[in-house]
Amino acid sequence: MKHLLSIDDLSVDLVQEIFETAADMHDVQTREVKKLPALRGRTVVNMFFEDSTRTRSSFEIAGKWLSADVINISAKGSSASKGESLRDTVLTVCAMGVDGLVIRHPASGAARQVSEWVDASVVNAGDGMHEHPTQALLDAYTLQRRLGSLEGRHVAIIGDLTHSRVFRSNVKLLTKLGAQVTVVAPPTLMPSGIEPWSKEAGFETSYDVDAVLPDADAVMMLRVQRERMSGGYFPSAREYTVGYGLTKDRLALLKPDAPICHPGPMNRGLEIAADAADAAQSVVLEQVSSGLAVRMAVLYHLLAGEEGSA
Amino acid sequence: MSLVITGASLMGGPRKDLYVDDAGRLVGELPAGAGRSRGVETLDADGLVALPGLVDLHTHLREPGREDAETVLTGSRAAAVGGYTAVLAMANTTPVTDTAEAAIRVWELGREAGLVDVVPVGAVTKGLAGEELAELGLMARSRARVRVFSDDGRCVHDARVMRRALEYVKAFGGVVSQHAQEPTLAGPAACCHEGEVSGRLGLPGWPGIAEEVIVARDVMLARHTGSRVHVAHVSTAGSVEVVRWAKAQGIDVTAEVTPHHLLLTTDLLTTFDPTYKVNPPLRPEEDVKVLREALADGTIDAVATDHAPHARHDKEHAFVDAAFGMLGLETALSVVRTVMDETFTWADVARVMSQSPARIARLDGHGGTLSPGEPGHVTLVDPTASVTVDRDDSVSLSRNNPWHGRSLTSKVVHTVYGGRVTVRDGALA
Repeated sequence: MKHLLSIDDLSVDLVQEIFETAADMHDVQTREVKKLPALRGRTVVNMFFEDSTRTRSSFEIAGKWLSADVINISAKGSSASKGESLRDTVLTVCAMGVDGLVIRHPASGAARQVSEWVDASVVNAGDGMHEHPTQALLDAYTLQRRLGSLEGRHVAIIGDLTHSRVFRSNVKLLTKLGAQVTVVAPPTLMPSGIEPWSKEAGFETSYDVDAVLPDADAVMMLRVQRERMSGGYFPSAREYTVGYGLTKDRLALLKPDAPICHPGPMNRGLEIAADAADAAQSVVLEQVSSGLAVRMAVLYHLLAGEEGSA
Repeated sequence: MSLVITGASLMGGPRKDLYVDDAGRLVGELPAGAGRSRGVETLDADGLVALPGLVDLHTHLREPGREDAETVLTGSRAAAVGGYTAVLAMANTTPVTDTAEAAIRVWELGREAGLVDVVPVGAVTKGLAGEELAELGLMARSRARVRVFSDDGRCVHDARVMRRALEYVKAFGGVVSQHAQEPTLAGPAACCHEGEVSGRLGLPGWPGIAEEVIVARDVMLARHTGSRVHVAHVSTAGSVEVVRWAKAQGIDVTAEVTPHHLLLTTDLLTTFDPTYKVNPPLRPEEDVKVLREALADGTIDAVATDHAPHARHDKEHAFVDAAFGMLGLETALSVVRTVMDETFTWADVARVMSQSPARIARLDGHGGTLSPGEPGHVTLVDPTASVTVDRDDSVSLSRNNPWHGRSLTSKVVHTVYGGRVTVRDGALA
């Protein structure tokens, strides 16, 4: 594997291999000295064209614990507005001798385009509304640790699907791993063309959270951005919460051992009530530590192999 | 010098020699002794199809303002190579063609290039801002004789402004060519046909309905004002339905389709290659099929290229940030011939690529029938040729060519503009 741009790049075997590596990396986190020498002498650049705290620091720590030299570049604002093409921007950075380029960009497809221009291995850390493959990996890894195999397990993904790269990567990965997936959103936040897509990809859609929750083995709540209200996608935060939030009442519908995931940052009181976020079955913080392990595993698979083959 | 074109099949009909006198007009036969005084040039057109010189209703030449992407000269070259003898140059230059002076400047640059008639399109509104009418009458009365007005790139979305524009151009036989895009339904970020592909890729959707509501509104405004409206780059089956209905009511509406909307489909966007980013966006196969049928049955009057050259660095951005548009002049005829089946005759090609566009734009001397007395604008096509497009062969300054690597049927061999050979054997003469 040269790049990680999309869940489409991964076979089931490779996913499980990454999970096995992640489990090893997870153990490292409990050690007193957390550093492994695997990526010594390698340079990883985190190039973030969009604000991010958790994903950027997760990749940064992952790289550092593998002994890579990690540099963060914040390149917020489109390169177009600065008069420089995206190609020039990334070629400039890569000319400094970069082995791994972790890229976050507000535009769908940006990571893939960049991978065609540069020699470095590219990791998609979120491209617009398209994909966020390491988030999906860490979610599936977290769920697999809780539930065992995901084969036949029912996962509900609830929230703003239209604008969510987390949803797009997750629906691909979870179905790949054999899970039964139901996605729930108000009609205005359902991606266009989801009917033929869901039919072909084999997942279900619903507008009714209450009907879906009792059967779910796990639930993923997606962040709802408040600015969607001004876009007219839904009338008010209150109405959204009543219709689609994981409220205290809805928590009671859920199986007591069904993990509750959220990619963060959470809008407490909007898409997820504090009672749900802090419930014993919530795995929100576990997702963060899993994220670190999964990102270490991804960087390891992309960058450590080269040394041996060179 | 006079010109004899030998052996061409006239619009796919009988083979006949064509004569152009030294004034550049088609004549029944050359006057005796024509060869002695100024010489006679012969163009061997054996096996070729002769068409009246092609007319493009929709070209972006980028001059003034973006001479790094295209100039009137390089765009004229591309037009000639594509078999065109007249192009309408869109108004969205910098500065905008919204005054008689700006229009005359483009017209003059075209005359200097001397390869095709470059006819400026005037902006409908000042600065393409969609608010106040540009000086439509002064542009019409100028030497540039502007008849087509368009804010192309932007929609004249304000219904009141559109109504006034339609009323006003009646005085001089003008037409408003509308870029139909209701901005509240398809905003500036919209770049992928709204449907399964946009949903899967997470690209901002550009729904067909955003085009259709404007087309529907505009045909009603045309009926109300008794004026003439032209729909630029029709891209959806729904728009075709509206245009068909409007024509049946006797509303004075015409429509064009681009070569790319006749062949390329939304699924090309799955690679996020900005070469395929165009406005309106590439549509699914179902729309493409209806567009072809509508072109064949006359609901869509014309093929127009929407030739939109862009400098490389304006395309090397993330998909949503990259510029809209693709090249089209050099390949248009081959694309039309490739996508339309045998029942679409060469006479139909002449209709949609020369005669109808000339009529819509009120261009005298273009879009004829290759009859004596007409200006000598002739396009000669090899109907059996198969060409694989190479973007580096283009005479355009730009390389945003969606046809690169594709194999197309038929090829423009020679172009004659006003009796002068501008393209010989596929290359600029």
